[in-house]
Amino acid sequence: MDFTRNEMMTIVAARALKNNDVCFVGIGAPSAACNLARLTHAPQITLIYESGTIGTRPNVLPLSIGDGELCETALTTVSVPEMFRYWLQGGRITVGFLGGAQIDKFANINTTVVGDYDKPKVRLPGGGGAPEIATNCQEIFITMAMGKRAFLDKLPFITSMGHGPTGAERRAMGVKSQGPTRLITDMCVFEPDAQTKEMTIVSIHPGVTREEIAENCGWTPRYADSCSETPAPTAQELEVLRDIQARTKAAHAA
Amino acid sequence: MAKFMGLAEAIAQNVRDGDTVALEGFTHLIPFAAGHEIIRQGRKHLTLIRMTPDLIYDQMIGMGCADKLVFSWGGNPGVGSTHRMRDAVENGWPNQLAIEEHSHAAMANAYEAGAANLPFAVLRGYIGVDLPKVNPKIKSVTCPYTGEVLATVPAHRPDVGIIHAQRADREGNVLIEGITGCQKEVVLASKRTIVTVEEVVDKLNPPSFNSVVLPHWTVGAISHVVGGAHPSYAQGYYKRDNSFYIAWDKISRDRDTFLAWMKDNVLDKTPEAFAVHAKKGSV
Repeated sequence: MDFTRNEMMTIVAARALKNNDVCFVGIGAPSAACNLARLTHAPQITLIYESGTIGTRPNVLPLSIGDGELCETALTTVSVPEMFRYWLQGGRITVGFLGGAQIDKFANINTTVVGDYDKPKVRLPGGGGAPEIATNCQEIFITMAMGKRAFLDKLPFITSMGHGPTGAERRAMGVKSQGPTRLITDMCVFEPDAQTKEMTIVSIHPGVTREEIAENCGWTPRYADSCSETPAPTAQELEVLRDIQARTKAAHAA
Repeated sequence: MAKFMGLAEAIAQNVRDGDTVALEGFTHLIPFAAGHEIIRQGRKHLTLIRMTPDLIYDQMIGMGCADKLVFSWGGNPGVGSTHRMRDAVENGWPNQLAIEEHSHAAMANAYEAGAANLPFAVLRGYIGVDLPKVNPKIKSVTCPYTGEVLATVPAHRPDVGIIHAQRADREGNVLIEGITGCQKEVVLASKRTIVTVEEVVDKLNPPSFNSVVLPHWTVGAISHVVGGAHPSYAQGYYKRDNSFYIAWDKISRDRDTFLAWMKDNVLDKTPEAFAVHAKKGSV
């Protein structure tokens, strides 16, 4: 069965989640992946959106983090201050799932500005929930498509911390959560090196070459000795993903 | 004490040039009709506070109501940029816009501190990030019990807090349900408040004992504006108009297209124009 790179990315991201995870879901690519996990191998996963919806089971993917669908299908809905204080800061979340505009080799993320903060070339939306999601969840998964403008050697602004600018800062600050443990792209999967915390490629998606990865990465990426090929999407994974995306498209156009 | 009045009167009495104003509603129950009335009345030099500026502040910024924006995520959710906000920040159109930028956690905590009558909020946040370098209001405090260094932000105490709710009874008690965001905190933190409601009823009949009800003596002006949250939504009344959020990207990208849309749909209209949206998107 043919598949696009974007479908591959969403499916590999979904596979990273477990049935017993309590997952704080970012909008966009993470939301698609988290719901695909729920509709395939992880039916009991708890999905939480920052709008306060806990244990939500949307039938279509939300356009925003606060669509009515999320509240209607949730186990319970709490206020936004309670969400950030009791549930996120309270340490109840096992996985935070983030996207981003730009990322560096230590999985720090920028979603704030390109250029100078006071005179920005491009003003991006900003951090939203991400700065605290990045440090208060037990671990962080990130999903982003690769590209020279997205995968940068040095970020103009750190919106949410990965392992810190040199990979050492997170530990040095005494942050107890693990930080980014997986970065799932449209070409490959990265995991942090145990010592240096540099995001290192552990598997390459079918049909992708190391040359292509190099062309779409702003630093020279390192490969794990055990680097393998990512298993291709199954027919069931593709079918469930395409179904929910078709339902979503119809619902949002209405 | 709650007082029922038309929306034009409520805005005229409560929102003054130079005020700090918070129109809240986290995706749900965004008070669009009230924002449009502020635009029609030509309020200027406002400091606008909102976690997610959303389309409502994109419109108010583009129409020149604001000197300053206090926020934590400024985009069109699931669609892309808020182009009017970007034009103001990047190019100073229609005027220079100062920004005070936070994270969601800090904004929510700042509203809660305001409601609790505390001078600042404390959170385990902003660790290893650049925002504290560009926002001098983000500071820290050392816990007197454990020695842990924690982030602080000043409490939000708006001059005017504005929300939209599902319904009020005739005494002026207000019910909010669904995604309740930080509306309760905004009302309790603000000096003056305006609540627009979908419906005015004899009895509130809250669906459970713990539904969010604001007693009438915590609320200022109440205006009955059917459909007043469109293109946001009112759970139980009408759905979020996601197709409009998608369409806004094109409308707002260009200054002239934006101004033409604002003339036809805001400047030349009244709050009653919102009722049609409630009917169209009804659940």
